[in-house]
Parts: sequence; C-alpha cells; structure tokens
Amino acid sequence: MQGAGGRAVARREAPVNAIEARGLTRRYGPLLAVDHVSFTVRAGEIFGFLGPNGAGKSTTVRMLTGYIAPSEGTALLDGHDIVRDGVAARQRLGVVPEEASVYQDLTVWQNVMLMAELYAVPRARRTRHGGDLLALFGLDARKADKGRSLSKGLRQRLMLCMALVGEPTILFLDEPTTGLDVASARLIRETVSRLNREQGLTVFLTTHNLEEANELCHRVGIIHRGRLAVVDTPYALRGTIEARRSVEVTFAEPLEIMPEIDDPEVEVEPFAGATGVRIFTRAPGRIAQEIGVWATRQGLRIESIATRTPSLEEVFLAVTGARARGAEAGR
Amino acid sequence: MSRDRHPAGVWARQARLAVVVAKKDAMIYYLKAPVITFGLIFPVFFFLAFAIGRAVPPGALVPGMLAMAVFFSASAVGPLITPWERQARTYERLATSPASLEAILLGDLLAAAAFGAVVSLIPLGLGLAVTSAHVVSPGRLLGGVVLGAVAFGALGVLLAARDTDAPSEVMMLSNLVRLPLIFVSGVFVPLADLPAWSQWVGFLSPLSYCVDLVRASLGEAAVFPPWVSASALTGFAAAFVALAALLHRRRRRAGT
Repeated sequence: MQGAGGRAVARREAPVNAIEARGLTRRYGPLLAVDHVSFTVRAGEIFGFLGPNGAGKSTTVRMLTGYIAPSEGTALLDGHDIVRDGVAARQRLGVVPEEASVYQDLTVWQNVMLMAELYAVPRARRTRHGGDLLALFGLDARKADKGRSLSKGLRQRLMLCMALVGEPTILFLDEPTTGLDVASARLIRETVSRLNREQGLTVFLTTHNLEEANELCHRVGIIHRGRLAVVDTPYALRGTIEARRSVEVTFAEPLEIMPEIDDPEVEVEPFAGATGVRIFTRAPGRIAQEIGVWATRQGLRIESIATRTPSLEEVFLAVTGARARGAEAGR
Repeated sequence: MSRDRHPAGVWARQARLAVVVAKKDAMIYYLKAPVITFGLIFPVFFFLAFAIGRAVPPGALVPGMLAMAVFFSASAVGPLITPWERQARTYERLATSPASLEAILLGDLLAAAAFGAVVSLIPLGLGLAVTSAHVVSPGRLLGGVVLGAVAFGALGVLLAARDTDAPSEVMMLSNLVRLPLIFVSGVFVPLADLPAWSQWVGFLSPLSYCVDLVRASLGEAAVFPPWVSASALTGFAAAFVALAALLHRRRRRAGT
C-alpha cells in the first residue's frame, strides 16, 4: 500500500472503534455547551460532525483532542482514554484546529519538522515523509518561505502537512476548507479522501459545508444545542425526510394553471419563471406519471422531468429546525 | 510492559519533547521585540541610571549588573510564549500534541533559562575584562547564574499561566512583579546593608539568593551559605513550575 507521499505503509492494527465518545459533557457555569454526547467512529471511517454555529461542535472536538477537559464523560481514541491516558491518546491524533495557524516565524519546512519531532518521528523518516507531504500538498517550492508569507489556502495545506507528518491513525479536521480558494479546498478534500481510502486513516470532520460532508463522509452526526440529534449515513438521513423527496418538471412554455394532484400531503411550488413546478411528495414515481398524464391532457410539452431526493442541507434544516421548534414549544 | 509504556520510557520521551519545545521557543521568541526590550535593553538602562554618578568602584558594580542580566533576561522569555501562542493560534495544536503539559512548561523554562545564562556572559565578560572584578569561586558563579536563570525562567512560566492571549498584559504584570524585587534583593545595595524590614522581604525573593551567590563568587561577603542559596533557588523554581502547572490544569478543567 502506498502512503501519503508514495511511501510504503502497513495498515495499522487498530480497535474496531477509532473514537468512542462516552457521555461527553461540557459546562461553562450555568451554560451546558455539550450535553452527554455519545457516539462511535469506526476505524477507517470519515465521520462528519455537523451543526449550526454555537451548537457545540468545536467544544466536542476540543474535548476529543484533549485540549479541554470534559465536565463529565470521556472518550477513547484507539482504545486510549483521553482523560486518563491523554499522552498515549494524543500520540494517535493529527489535529487541524479551527482557526489555528502555523508558526509565522518558522519556515514551511521548520513547521513540518517541529511537528514531526513532537510526535517523535525518527530523523530519516521525518525528513523523507515531510518532503513527500510537501510535494503532495504542492508546497515543496515554498519550503524555505516563512509561514507569514503564505496565503490562507497554503497555510491550511501546511497545517495538514503538520497534522499528517506525525503519522496519525485519526485525523481531526475542524472546518478545514472554510474560506479557502476552490483549488485548495478541492486539493484538501481529495487528499483526505485518498488517505482514508489508501491508508485507512480515520477522519473526524466538522464542517458547515454540507456538500463537502455529503461527498466525503461515510456517516454524519448532527449536533444541535449541545445534543447529538442524529447519526447515520448521508443517504439514510436523506431518506428519513421522505416528504422532502420531489419531482421537478419543466415545460416548454410558462404554465397558466398549476397541476392538480389529488393528494393532501403533496406540496407544489413553481420555479424557473413559472415554466417549472417542483412537487414535494413521498411517492415521486407515481406523481411523475400523473404529471405526464395531466400535461398530455392539457396539451403541454414537457422539456424535462426528474425525481430528487432531499439534500443533506434539507436534512440538516429539518433536524435542527424541528429541534429548535420543539425546544421553543417546551418552554 | 513495552518500553514506551514504562514510566522511565515515558519520562525520557517527555524530556526529549521538552527539548523540542525549548528549541522551538529559542527559534521564535529570542528575537521578539518584548524580549529584547524587557530582557536586554531595559536592565542595562535601569542599571546605568542607578550607577552613573555614584562614587562606587566599577568592579563593585559587576555582581549587581550580572544578577540583573540573569534576572531580566531569563524572566523576559517565559511570560511571552504562551500568550503569544494563544494570540497567534498555535497553542491549541501544541497542547494537543503528545507533549504533556509538564513537557511544554519545562521546554519553556529551558528556553528561558538558556537565554538568561547566555546573556549573562556579556556583563560577566565585560566586567572581568574592563574592571578589577575577578572570580574567586567558579562553582558559586555557575550555581548563581544557572540556578538563578532556572528560577527566573520558572517565574516567567508562572506569569504566563495567566488566562489571557494578550502578551502585553502579561509583560505588564511581569514588570509589576519584577521591578519591586530588584530593590529588596541586594542588587544595588548588598542585602546585609539594607534595613531589617527590607532584608526580611528580601528573603522571600529568589533574586536575593542569586545575587548572594554571584557576590560571593566575585569575592564579596555572602549573607547565606551557598547550599541555602542553591536550595532556595531550586525550591523557588520547583514551586513556580508546580503552580504554573496547577493554573494551566485549572484552566483546562474550566474549558478556556
């Protein structure tokens, strides 16, 4: 198997669960920022952790990486308790914290070597692996440049090099592509995906970018107001809101009347300047057939017709919106 | 038990990580403006302001100048590091690396102590070269400089444990603590010549023990036996680092 920089690596022996959060709780005075959050991330999985601003994502990551102590609960990382055996647990991690930066006064190479030394990577290996990583992330030409001279995208690439040079089994990425140029964001996504595929690297990804989570993650968890609302695969989550499945039909001319469908649960909305209709339904196949029949009767020409499953964004809004409404109703 | 999990192996590994942290600190912080200002320029001008115009033989000024150099330079690095790293957003990654809190603090202490010890060579060299001062006890000189640098480095590490990401705030606090100490620790006037109340306050200052060892090493009368000064400096260093670790742990428990 080829490693990040083309080197041969052996797939590591690891427990089935790379991360096991057990009732993680964080209080700030009267504020309950994270409320008894429990979940597992399997070894070799990319796990997306989603939630609105202030939901408790970064606080959870900071507890998982040992930066802050939980008020209650703990987490096992590759079988090591982050509270009681923090050093051994952290040896397994590569971390790119939210809004973190590189050492501005060190060169690109010095930044990478510093992290390798902190992870006690032997000299020959860190030199080779560091060079491979810089090449992989397109930074080899900037090796001698100071951290302060890098653009945000290049800094983020360097931070990934720094996180990976310690040869972690679990990679924590907190909003890794936020505010980046398209090329850097794409490179980061592709590389993370490749490392996961080829080396079995477990990735814990927090992101606001639902498309990114949909593209990368095997499973996602949605946290809202400190509580874990749901954990499942993106596909299964989309399936949980069947009422948001839809049929999109566009016609050759603008519609003068809207289609009439004999189903009280169906919701019809126009789009594309009234030449199209979007029909939300639990049975998009049947509705597509009915629309075809209706259009024929009306003498309308259909340009295109497609069925859609809900996006992860719609799932997110449904989960967090529903919970917000529930919380308000409970007051 | 594997070598990595054996307590001796764990300690050895953390000691190596402390050296890595110290190396990083030296590369980044030795040339920062606050370190140059408060660690090098400030004590020189402070001492000149006191010494110029006084009818004191130049050789008699060497012990005070040397102790001042160790004190100010070693205690200037530590307060800067943690707040600077918090402000520059590099601290979280360091804290989530396999380096334990103790290794990080020890690394900061090593960097500060090394800076203080090396900087002290300048006034020592100048003093020995251009004045009548001469070393009568190299052991006491070494003890005074090295243990003093460690104790003052530890003081800096303690000051940096304050919950802030503003280096200027910690540097201000640092000067608030450091400046009064130089008046009660026998830097300008030997401890034995100070009023009784001032001597008692001076016993609580780590700088007093460093000054005493340095004065004795250059042939002046000592107030304390050397083992008392050495033990006091070691004790202050241990207490400062332990207190700093306690404050950092409390902050992690508080989640800030």
